[in-house]
Amino acid sequence: MSEEQHIISYRKLAFVWVALLALTALTVGVTRVELGAYKVLAALAIACVKGGLVIAVFMHMKYEGRLLRWLLFLTLVTLAIFIGFTFFDVLYR
Amino acid sequence: MAASELDTRVRRGGFWSDTNRTGIASWIFSTDHKRIGLLYFYSTFGFFLVGVLLGLLLRIELMAPGRTIMGPQTYNALFTVHGVVMIFLFIIPGFQGSFGNLVMPIQIGARDVSFPRLNLFSWWIYMIGAVIVLTSLFTGGGPPDTGWTFYVPFSARTGTNVSLAVLGVFIIGFSSILTGLNFVTTIHRLRAAGMGWMRVPLFTWSLYATAWIQILATPILAITLVLVAAERMLGTGLFDPVQGGDPIMFQHLFWIYSHPAVYIMILPAMGVISDIIPVFSRKPIFGYKMIVFSTLAIAAAGSLVWGHHMFTSGMSDTAVLVFSFLTFIVAIPSAIKVFNWVTTLYKGSISLEAPMLFALSFILLFSIGGLSGLILGAAATDVHVHDTHFVVGHFHYVMFGGTGFAFFAAMHYWLPKFYGRRYAEKPALVGWALMFTGFNLMYFTMQVLGMKGMPRRYYDYLPEFATLNLVATVGSWILVTGLIIMLVNLFRGLWWGEPFAGNPWGGATLEWSTPTPPPTENFVEEPVVTHGPYDYKGSGIP
Repeated sequence: MSEEQHIISYRKLAFVWVALLALTALTVGVTRVELGAYKVLAALAIACVKGGLVIAVFMHMKYEGRLLRWLLFLTLVTLAIFIGFTFFDVLYR
Repeated sequence: MAASELDTRVRRGGFWSDTNRTGIASWIFSTDHKRIGLLYFYSTFGFFLVGVLLGLLLRIELMAPGRTIMGPQTYNALFTVHGVVMIFLFIIPGFQGSFGNLVMPIQIGARDVSFPRLNLFSWWIYMIGAVIVLTSLFTGGGPPDTGWTFYVPFSARTGTNVSLAVLGVFIIGFSSILTGLNFVTTIHRLRAAGMGWMRVPLFTWSLYATAWIQILATPILAITLVLVAAERMLGTGLFDPVQGGDPIMFQHLFWIYSHPAVYIMILPAMGVISDIIPVFSRKPIFGYKMIVFSTLAIAAAGSLVWGHHMFTSGMSDTAVLVFSFLTFIVAIPSAIKVFNWVTTLYKGSISLEAPMLFALSFILLFSIGGLSGLILGAAATDVHVHDTHFVVGHFHYVMFGGTGFAFFAAMHYWLPKFYGRRYAEKPALVGWALMFTGFNLMYFTMQVLGMKGMPRRYYDYLPEFATLNLVATVGSWILVTGLIIMLVNLFRGLWWGEPFAGNPWGGATLEWSTPTPPPTENFVEEPVVTHGPYDYKGSGIP
């Protein structure tokens, strides 16, 4: 775990903010393209990239040590398992 | 300060007299884990007594067919409030908050928890949430009538005060998460020198596993309750098929938290039993490592079985199959524990004092509850008894016969340590015997009623169920009589009873090596652990 404070420049923060806005626009744009079943996949993929940016930069995970990264990973895996298990129901109804 | 209060504090010594605040401020602003533990104890136990009173009223209503003492709407509200109070205000925060706080830091040789202020904050959040839940009963459209599970679509439509009640539960959830974080950090970082993971007492192990469930599962309850509020206030249609929503999704979300929450309730109870049985059998616990393993296995596997609450909900057959199979898997670590407790008793020098009697009844009652759980976990038999009194009997065997009796065991085992005075043994035995008899009379009869087809949550029933319902209600009176005797004896003893000092039970865990009552920072000298928690020879206990 890094004890020293890491200060991110305004420039970088603004860049990530613009990227998030652009990805939001992309999410809206994708809904207008005929992708069929892949529409959900595309929306989820974009959301993952956006979430990743927020976690890495805004939540400083990029600058943290291995322990915190593993803990976050563990939490996300747990959530994925919870959501995944509901598909035993939703996919086979 | 009143002279009598000063007198009591000076007489008790330890953390009771070592404070620079007076009166109630010395409690509600204290960051000492023992004071917070007692705060939690009295607040959660107070709510338990409220829940008991409500349960008693429900049983009186069911004593005879038709209206007895209340109408159907009041009945619906009472069983909802009974459930919400017992689950969210007593049994989930109860063990962690009270005995977790009181005992765990001392068991691992720490001076306090890692984050004492956060600890106090979590009690405050708990109380704020509890006040909001209670406010919901007397304001708006009246007390919620959905059952403690808040199932949609009814919870989204009913005019009763569901929104405020779910807000209260939402806030209490944060208290649970904070306690979980605090305990995980404390157990990782503050163990005394020499206390490796395989020397951690089993009660602390159980709190550790529970804390992880609290951290990982509680946010899902929070999300679910927010969605119910959104459904009610914004009409989002998330659970409404007409608007493309899915009502079964609510049940998934709710039980993703609430089934692991069952293990939040039972795991610390199992930990207490694992600590008490070796002490009163004068034998090291059988299979320490397997109990640790089974604790973690229950926490992990128990998080993946929520679907067994939903076999008749209309979810897919594949899901029914998967969740039914996984439910049977959880029975394995539970059975390992029961096997190990019984084997610890084998050829032990058993002394049947009050904590041990409660612990032994735990084994029996939990086993009955667990085995009836398998009847519900098997999809075919579940369809027959789903939503009947069999289910009510089953979970009261686990939650009350299990966790409740373990809580009473802990009260008799540990509270004298913190008060420096003890209860009288004989009335404790009478109280226990009455409770045990009344308990079985009430809940076993309810299981039989369920098998015969009496639905749960119904205010009225067919005449053929009348006799058994009367029997169950009489059982509830015997149970409450025993409870009153137990409580009067216990608390009279804690205030005015015989002095309790040293290590009268002969425990080898660290809490028995501190003065009674423990000083504010628990130990006179920082302890160094040289033996296991159940190594009586190594610790020089005869």
